[in-house]
Amino acid sequence: MKISINGLHKAFESRIKLGIMAALAVNKTLDFNSLKDFLDVTDGNLASHLKALEKEEFIQVEKSFVDRKSNTSYAATELGRAAFSDHLNALEKLIKGVSE
Amino acid sequence: MKEEQDYVQDIAQIRSIMERSSKFLSLAGWAGIMAGVYALAGAYIAYAVFNFNPNQLIYDTKSASVAASLPKIVLLAVVVLILAIGTAILLSSRKASKRGEKLWNALVKRLLINMSVPLIIGGLLILIVMANGLIGWMAPFALLFYGIALYNASQFTYEEIRSLGFIQIGLGLFSAYFVEYGVLCWALGFGVAHSMYGVYMHYRYER
Repeated sequence: MKISINGLHKAFESRIKLGIMAALAVNKTLDFNSLKDFLDVTDGNLASHLKALEKEEFIQVEKSFVDRKSNTSYAATELGRAAFSDHLNALEKLIKGVSE
Repeated sequence: MKEEQDYVQDIAQIRSIMERSSKFLSLAGWAGIMAGVYALAGAYIAYAVFNFNPNQLIYDTKSASVAASLPKIVLLAVVVLILAIGTAILLSSRKASKRGEKLWNALVKRLLINMSVPLIIGGLLILIVMANGLIGWMAPFALLFYGIALYNASQFTYEEIRSLGFIQIGLGLFSAYFVEYGVLCWALGFGVAHSMYGVYMHYRYER
């Protein structure tokens, strides 16, 4: 059985990173707490995954202040969207290859 | 290298997060049923007890009978609204906690903002036409702007809400032309259509 896995991205091997990209794919921006609620992860865990994605330039981070409390919002970059969609396509191919 | 099973789980996870983060799915069917019941009761009280059934557009708001019944109608409407919203919040928060989610999140905020723009404009417009004695336009405008609010909200929650919005808009347009059916259309839209939707949503998604 030979399956092409071109397009599967290493960054998305972690389910939390994958979840972050999924949430950001359907929302223009999300703040830290909303992401935390949707993904059900701890602060530190989420923060380190976000940092990694930021390093890859898959997400962009915008810091602002709401009522003097810092509020960080995250959005997917073009690069991140493309990588995520490639990853999904590769997953699809993989599953199809398995079921055939 | 991950196993195939892992990738299947990945896809399930992606699907669930995309849906949960873009659609508010904690809206309880029972909230719709109860809102419909309150609306029907309110419409009945307005019609039978306060004798409120405008059959023409313009009324003299200074005339004694209109001036006496109008504040009662407004109070009744506020009570119905508070009961309906209160029930919706109570039942939806119960449903949200059952699903292990919080009722208040970025999504709900966006949903409410999108609903409140047409609702506030409609509410102000109704106050304006009421002050000018255009009593016959209260029910059609309420239906129209509520329908637009539902249409807007449907992007962030169950898609069926969009057709409920169209029903309200249709009834609103109809009753704007046939003013004498205003209260009847209001009862149909806010009462009957709400309840039927609640029953449908309850059986479709909550069983």
